[in-house]
Amino acid sequence: MSNIVILPIIIPFIIGAILILLYKRHTVQRVISGITMLILLAFSVFLAIYVYQHGTVVLEVGGWEAPFGIVIVADMLSTLMLLLSTLVGTACMFFAFQTIAMDREKQFFYPLFLFLMVGVNGSFLTGDLFNLFVFFEVMLISSYGLIVHGGTGYQLRESFKYVIINVFASALFVVAIAWIYSIVGTMNMAHIAQRVAELDQAGALNIIAIMLFIVFASKGALFPLHFWLPKSYYGPPAAIAALFGGLLTKVGIYAIIRTFTLIFNHNPEFTHKGVLITIAGVTMFIGALGAISQFDFKRVLSYLIISQVSYMVMGLGIFTPLAVAGAIYYIAHHMIVEPALFLFAGVTKKITGTTDLKKMGGLIGTHPWLTWMFFIAAISMAGIPPLSGFFSKFPIILGGFEAQHYVISGVALLVGLLTLITMMKIFSHVFWGKQKHTEEQAKISVGKLLLPILPLIALTIILGFAAEPMFNYSMEVAQEIMNPTNYIESVLKE
Amino acid sequence: MELLMSIVIGIIFSVTIYLFMSKNLLRVVAATLLLSHGVHLLLLTMSGLQRGAAPILSFDADAYTDPLPQALVLTAIVISFGVTAILLVMSYRTYKVHKTDDLEELRGSADE
Repeated sequence: MSNIVILPIIIPFIIGAILILLYKRHTVQRVISGITMLILLAFSVFLAIYVYQHGTVVLEVGGWEAPFGIVIVADMLSTLMLLLSTLVGTACMFFAFQTIAMDREKQFFYPLFLFLMVGVNGSFLTGDLFNLFVFFEVMLISSYGLIVHGGTGYQLRESFKYVIINVFASALFVVAIAWIYSIVGTMNMAHIAQRVAELDQAGALNIIAIMLFIVFASKGALFPLHFWLPKSYYGPPAAIAALFGGLLTKVGIYAIIRTFTLIFNHNPEFTHKGVLITIAGVTMFIGALGAISQFDFKRVLSYLIISQVSYMVMGLGIFTPLAVAGAIYYIAHHMIVEPALFLFAGVTKKITGTTDLKKMGGLIGTHPWLTWMFFIAAISMAGIPPLSGFFSKFPIILGGFEAQHYVISGVALLVGLLTLITMMKIFSHVFWGKQKHTEEQAKISVGKLLLPILPLIALTIILGFAAEPMFNYSMEVAQEIMNPTNYIESVLKE
Repeated sequence: MELLMSIVIGIIFSVTIYLFMSKNLLRVVAATLLLSHGVHLLLLTMSGLQRGAAPILSFDADAYTDPLPQALVLTAIVISFGVTAILLVMSYRTYKVHKTDDLEELRGSADE
């Protein structure tokens, strides 16, 4: 039974490799990759339920026993992330069918998309630190391909910075791996965690913790390593930008959560309550200010990613079960709503031909369905009850006040207000006001484009109204990751 | 020996940082290449530079070499090879589209 956990990595890998051969036949590519994503989605739902009922599933690749070989571990946190990432991937894939230009489709769009899924799923499932680096690279190299996809001048120029910062961060990742190997002599994360607890080497381990934090923070776009994100996410088409906005930064956040609950829990006063909370507070504020200052749909959303991911880091930094559960809930909320907003930017661009907020207006008159769906996503993002945004922010901020972190909790409340202002700005510019698009543009029907977004909108409503079961699930995930002995025992079989 | 290697790694890293600061696209690519070399050396050195027999093959040697860092370095080399290839293609395309390889001149257009 444990063999099944490798399927989310293997399926897109094999299908992606086959699609390279079929690159000229775009209809065949669409059908095959669409079916692949649906199978992946169904399978990740099954895996999440299976792990919830039967506990952690561990696969020792190649039959090598745990500390020596590579392990693939599916616990509740990884299966939840897997489920969310395939959901976002499926929505973006079906959106891409209708928006990606034909000549772009033929330039290996679907193979790159599926290889990106390989990297993302692999990062969530692996239980080996070096293997995490390898899957990061699989994900990043496909993302380099996707972010310059189409090869416009703007994309090439901004993507170069994206690539360079990621190459540098990956190099630092290997440096951190080298250091950790010299101290604990193993690469298996469960084994590292066990030895870290025995070693009592707080000084050296703090340095490694910060080094790994720098690596993951530059992938997750935390201050001061956030500067590459808004410009590079502006370039690619909406389907790709939505995929990146939903997945890539969250892989960085997942890696932070995994390492800082499993391995670096020896000195939370310094690492969690010191570094993580401070960085989260500054990032939150700067991202929100950036979002307010911009007048471009995609750029506003890119800055919103920066300010939103830091809520998750804040929840982890407070490091009480309530706040960590809030962070898990927040990841679920964010991975559903943020891609939806990016896809809306794609829809409005299809109608008006621009992403500049000042050149749009009056869409509520011509496209009411689009307007009200966007409205739901926007108020969910701003954190208004009864949608998922409120119930995910609430436990984080409540946890902050309970643990007497008044400053960060105050900043989080203020940033919630700034987010509301941002969403109001988008809404009033794009949907209210005088109609600025022509009568011909007003006739463009977007019903088909809204279809892939509909499940995401439905989910943010469901996560809001069914907050209790979802919160209980997050609470169980939080308790599981805050008690790493469970993870260590199921990997090392002691 | 480890001390010597540490100094060499330090020199490689400082050259890398210098190259990263330059304005030429190709020099930045060279910097990433050099950075990966420095990192791989560090990976080998941090596990201790051992002299011993190859593990698993024989059971009668006094000391064995740790095989894991070498496996890690091999993987890391392959990955950095692929990344360098992509970077070279990207910088060439950037040069073709923008007609310049000077990072300073790439700035300041209207859509920035």
